[in-house]
Amino acid sequence: MKQLSMRSKNSLTGLLFISPWILGFLLFTAYPLFYSLYLSFQKVRITTEGIQTTFVKFDNFKDAFTVDALFTQKLLTFVQELVLSVPIIIVFSLIIAILLNQPIRFRNFFRMIFFLPVIIASGPVINELISQGVTSIPSIKDYAVFETMLSADSLFSSVLLYLMDNLIIILWFSGVQFLIFLAALQKIDTQVYEAAKIDGASNWECFWKVTLPSIFPMIVVNTVYTIVTFSIFSLNPVIEHIQTNMFQINTGFGYASALSWIYFLLIAVALGISVALLTVRGRKNYA
Amino acid sequence: MASESLTNRKPKGTGIVTRLKKLAFGMKGNDGLLYKLFIYGLLIGIGFVYLFPLLYMISYSLKSLDDILNPLVNWIPTQLYLENYQAAYAVLKFLPTLLESLYVTAIPAIVQTAVCAVVGYGFARFAFPFKRTMFVLVLATFIIPPQVTVIPRYVFFNEIGILGSIQAFLFPALLGQGINSAIFILIFYQFFKMMPKALEEAAQLDGAGYLRIFLTLALPMAAPAIIISFLFSFVWYWNETYLAAIYFGNSLTTLPLELQKFVATYQQMYPQSGGEASEINEGINMAGTVMTILPMLVVYAITQRWFVEGVDRSGIAGE
Repeated sequence: MKQLSMRSKNSLTGLLFISPWILGFLLFTAYPLFYSLYLSFQKVRITTEGIQTTFVKFDNFKDAFTVDALFTQKLLTFVQELVLSVPIIIVFSLIIAILLNQPIRFRNFFRMIFFLPVIIASGPVINELISQGVTSIPSIKDYAVFETMLSADSLFSSVLLYLMDNLIIILWFSGVQFLIFLAALQKIDTQVYEAAKIDGASNWECFWKVTLPSIFPMIVVNTVYTIVTFSIFSLNPVIEHIQTNMFQINTGFGYASALSWIYFLLIAVALGISVALLTVRGRKNYA
Repeated sequence: MASESLTNRKPKGTGIVTRLKKLAFGMKGNDGLLYKLFIYGLLIGIGFVYLFPLLYMISYSLKSLDDILNPLVNWIPTQLYLENYQAAYAVLKFLPTLLESLYVTAIPAIVQTAVCAVVGYGFARFAFPFKRTMFVLVLATFIIPPQVTVIPRYVFFNEIGILGSIQAFLFPALLGQGINSAIFILIFYQFFKMMPKALEEAAQLDGAGYLRIFLTLALPMAAPAIIISFLFSFVWYWNETYLAAIYFGNSLTTLPLELQKFVATYQQMYPQSGGEASEINEGINMAGTVMTILPMLVVYAITQRWFVEGVDRSGIAGE
C-alpha cells in the first residue's frame, strides 16, 4: 500500500516537473500545428472584426503546384541543394573530426576555428557574405582543369559548379556535426584498435571495420541535425517564399500555411528516406 | 589518439635510406614526417577556408574607397581607415541596438535554460504514464520547421497582444517551446540521468523533498549543462532573424535585423544628392557586418572552452 502511494506520488511529481512542457506543447506546438493545417484549406482574409476564413478545399495546395511557378522551382532547388550538401557536410565533418582526433599540436586552436561559424552564422551576415562573393573560392574556376570539367554541360559539371560556388557555406554548416563526431571518436575504446592491429588490419581497414560502425549512430544523428538546420535556415529560398506570401493580400495566411505544410511534409520525407537508407545499409554491412 | 598504432612498418635492413624512410613514413604509419606534413597542411588549408570570409570582411572594412578601387591593393589596406566603422556605427545605431539585442537574447536564453532544466529533470528522474510517448514528442518538436507554426502563433500572439514585445519570445521559452528547446531538454535529460540514484535516496532519508533535491543536489551537479545550454540558447536567439522579424515588427530590433536593412537605412541617412562620398560601398557594408558579429566574437573568445568542450560533454553525442 505504501509502495503504491510512493509510486503515484513519484509519477505525480514527475508530471509536475514536465507540466510546463506539456502546456507549452499543447498551446504553442500542437494547437498551431493543427490550426495551420486548418488554415491551409481556407482562404484567409483579415478584416477589422478579426480573421475570416472560407473553405476552399485543396485549392491552396493545387495553386502551389500549378499557379505558383516560383514555389515548385524553389522547392526543386532546395531538394537539389539538400541532396548535394548533406552528404558533403557529413563526410567533411567526419574527415575533420578524424584529422583532429590524432595527437597533434594546436588541437584546441583548430577546434576553435572549425566551430566558429556556428557562432556567427546568422542569415543577414551570410547574406552579406554571399553578395560580396566571399563564399565561393575565388579564382579556382580559372584553372584549366576546372575549365575543361565545367565546359562539359553535364550533371557532373553542374554539381561541381554548385560546390565551388557554395563550398564555404557548406563547410560553415558543419561545426556542430564535427564536434559530435569528434566526441564519438574519442569514446571508441583504443583496445579495439589494438586488437584489430594484432589481427593484421591496416589503417584503412580499421576505418571501415572499426571506426565507421562505432560512430554509426552519430552519423544518423548528424544527418537528421543537418537536414533540419539546413531546412529551417532563414536564407533558404523556400522559407523566403513562404514569408513573402504570408503578408501578400491575394495569397495570405491560408496559402502560406499550405506552402509550409508542403514544405514540412517534404522535410519529413527527406528525413524518413535518409534515416531508412542509413539504417538499411547499416544492417547489411555491420550486423 | 585512437589510430596511433595501427600499421606496423618494420624497417627492413639498415642504412641511410631506411633511416630516411623511417623519418618520412614513421614507425607506425601515422607518425612520419610526411604524414604529419599532410595532416597539418590539410588542417591549415581547411582552417583558412573557414576563416577566409572573416579575414575578407575585416580587410575590406578597413579599406577606403581608393583602396577598394585600386587593383594593386589586395589584402592589406594602405592606411588604417576607420571611417567605414564610423558610418556603420551610425547606420546600425550600434549602442542602442546592441543593448536591445542583448535584452531580447539574454532573457529568453535564461528562461529557456531554466525551464529546460526542470523539464529534463522530470523526464530523467521520474516514472509516469506515457513518458516515452511524450519524450518522442519532445524530440519531434525539433523537426517541425518554425514556418509551419509561425502563422497560428502570430495570430494567437496578436490576439493576446504580445506582438512587438519580448514576450513573443519569452512565452514559448517559458513553456519549453523556444528555439531548439528539444535539444536543451535532451542535454539536461542526459545529465540528470547520470546522477546516482543513491545520492537522491540519501537526501530523501534526510527528509528532503523533490524540489529541494532538484535545487540543492541536481542543479549544482548539472552546472556544465547549464552553461552550455545558456550559451547555445544565447547564440541561437541572437542569430534568429526569421521569427524576430515577424514577431517584433518595427518595435524591437537586433543587430542582425539592422544588418538586413543596412543598405536601405544608409540611403535614408545619406541621400544620394551629396556626390560620390555619400554612396555606400563594400567597405561600409563589411564594417557593418563586422560590427554585427563582433559581440558574438567577443562572447566566443571568452567562452570558447565551454562551447567546444560542451558539445562533447553535454551528452548530445552520448546516445
